[in-house]
Amino acid sequence: MVRTYGLLAWTWMRAAAQHPVSMSLITVGVIVSTGLDLAAIAIIFARTRELAGFSVAEVMFLYGTAGTSFAVADILIGTVEGLGDHIKHGSLDAILVRPVSPLIQLATEEFSPRRIGKLVPPVTVLALVLPRLHLAWTLGRIVMVPVMLLSGAVIFGALWVLTASLQFLITDSREAMNAVTYGGGTLTPYPLTVFGKDFVRGLTFMIPLAFVNWEPALYILGHPDPLGLPAAVRFASPAVAAVLCLLAARAWRSGLRHYRSTGS
Amino acid sequence: MIEVRDAVKNFTIRSSGVRTRVTAVDGISFTVGAGEFVGYLGPNGAGKSTTIKMLTGILTASSGSVRVAGLDPSRQRTTLARRIGVVFGQRTTLWWDLPLRDSLTLIRHLYKVESRVHRARLDELTELLGLGPFLGTPVRQLSLGQRMRGDLTAALLHAPPLLVLDEPTIGLDVVSKATVRDFLQRLNAEQGTTILLTTHDLGDIERLCDRVMIIDHGRLAYDGDLDTLRTTVDAERVLIVDLERASPPIRIDGVETVRVEGPRQWLTIPRGLNAAAVVAAVARRHEVRDIALREPDIEDVVTRLYLR
Ligand SMILES: Nc1ncnc2c1ncn2[C@@H]1O[C@H](COP(=O)(O)OP(=O)(O)O)[C@@H](O)[C@H]1O
Ligand SMILES: [Mg+2]
Repeated sequence: MVRTYGLLAWTWMRAAAQHPVSMSLITVGVIVSTGLDLAAIAIIFARTRELAGFSVAEVMFLYGTAGTSFAVADILIGTVEGLGDHIKHGSLDAILVRPVSPLIQLATEEFSPRRIGKLVPPVTVLALVLPRLHLAWTLGRIVMVPVMLLSGAVIFGALWVLTASLQFLITDSREAMNAVTYGGGTLTPYPLTVFGKDFVRGLTFMIPLAFVNWEPALYILGHPDPLGLPAAVRFASPAVAAVLCLLAARAWRSGLRHYRSTGS
Repeated sequence: MIEVRDAVKNFTIRSSGVRTRVTAVDGISFTVGAGEFVGYLGPNGAGKSTTIKMLTGILTASSGSVRVAGLDPSRQRTTLARRIGVVFGQRTTLWWDLPLRDSLTLIRHLYKVESRVHRARLDELTELLGLGPFLGTPVRQLSLGQRMRGDLTAALLHAPPLLVLDEPTIGLDVVSKATVRDFLQRLNAEQGTTILLTTHDLGDIERLCDRVMIIDHGRLAYDGDLDTLRTTVDAERVLIVDLERASPPIRIDGVETVRVEGPRQWLTIPRGLNAAAVVAAVARRHEVRDIALREPDIEDVVTRLYLR
């Protein structure tokens, strides 16, 4: 599975590399927007001393870990968002008759090196801030950092798949209606991509940030929990990640079963 | 190769709060053996595409059983994908933005075809389908005919024993159509590939298929060979007679003269009557310049079948 993912991503990258002009334009664009991100972060934190009892370094640590997890998930699986379009245009049919999981096919679609650019701001912040935390790096804290990053990435990925699975239901009813009213081919915008994308993105970002990234970070930073949740919650992120994965897998499978193609 | 028993596919449609049920496929049964070339014919909305989607595992049958290459398509979709090739005439399975060659490389990785095998197979298909001039062209810039040849290649790179095509000749110009038909015929004859194709173009069937299945309103209306189909619906043959000079309608027992245009007359001969006898009778009584017997048009035959 990993091998297939790698091969497909690599093929897409090689295909992209064959258009050097657009490739370098895109790279420049990524560098500029990444630079702006970093500048914005620097400005915010240069003017702030403390935020709700957290030092600037600690807040940057929160941003860096959550951002890294988010970027990893986005890079690896973010394009499943495109599912709705594939359903609308009927191209999901083609994906389904190939011998590789549709999830992998969607995730590797148009894989390009520019996706990696999304990692630069959070990783830079993380690299800058880790030595400045003035923490006693116990084994527990050291291990917690990768566990937290990984769980975070898995959680974001699972939420992505969950929301994509919804598109099976939403896009379907729309399309079926079109099949009757307009005889199929008409393309109407459907709610999730047009209105809901930012909302869903916000949601998928906020929930884990509040409950999962937050808790292990409290452990690493040695902060008491302002909400007073039990200490076990701080170690729960891998479990939450596992549960969300199961849920996502079920939703995805059920979505696929409910897929009804488009009338043509 | 394919075994379908009492397959039904319903769609529930919600439109402004009202639920209606559409039965796209209404209990069809058929089997297709290895090496057969079967045409699946029917008007728009008959349920052809829905059948194909059940055979390929895209859709799950509402009831009944479907088995393809020994597998249950909807449960073992990805395993089945390795054993069949699928072509959709109305939409490409290639990637719009990639040159055809890159699309085919992706396909190679998806099907895990070995590089050497892939190369040999691609060379062979490039030769047969004349892909050479446009292998480097992005798919979106290909003409419909070129795209269809690309799609055929993509479906056959892993050398599947069964090829399923949904309207492969739709919208193609005469030359492309001929290329595709010739190719399919050779594929079936030389490599023994089992082929099932849907079409509403009777030319495809007449030219290619040993066996035709006709579907209408989700039901199989006919399953057999073309000649039997012609006799089943008892379509009349038409005798076109050119006389030396214009004359009143020819009168022969059991034969109807349906049209007279100057010296030319059209006579319909029912199935039961010997055409040779009719020809002889006409020649005996009239001065005939030319005479031609037309077999019933498949178009008429199918229309009759639908009307029954
Ligand atoms: N996804 C779908 N949702 C609702 N109705 C559909 C869907 N797919 C097909 N149908 C309906 O089922 C019937 C058969 O369609 P189809 O199999 O595409 O016919 P054909 O391919 O023979 O033209 C049509 O009435 C069509 O409107
Ligand atoms: Mg169709």
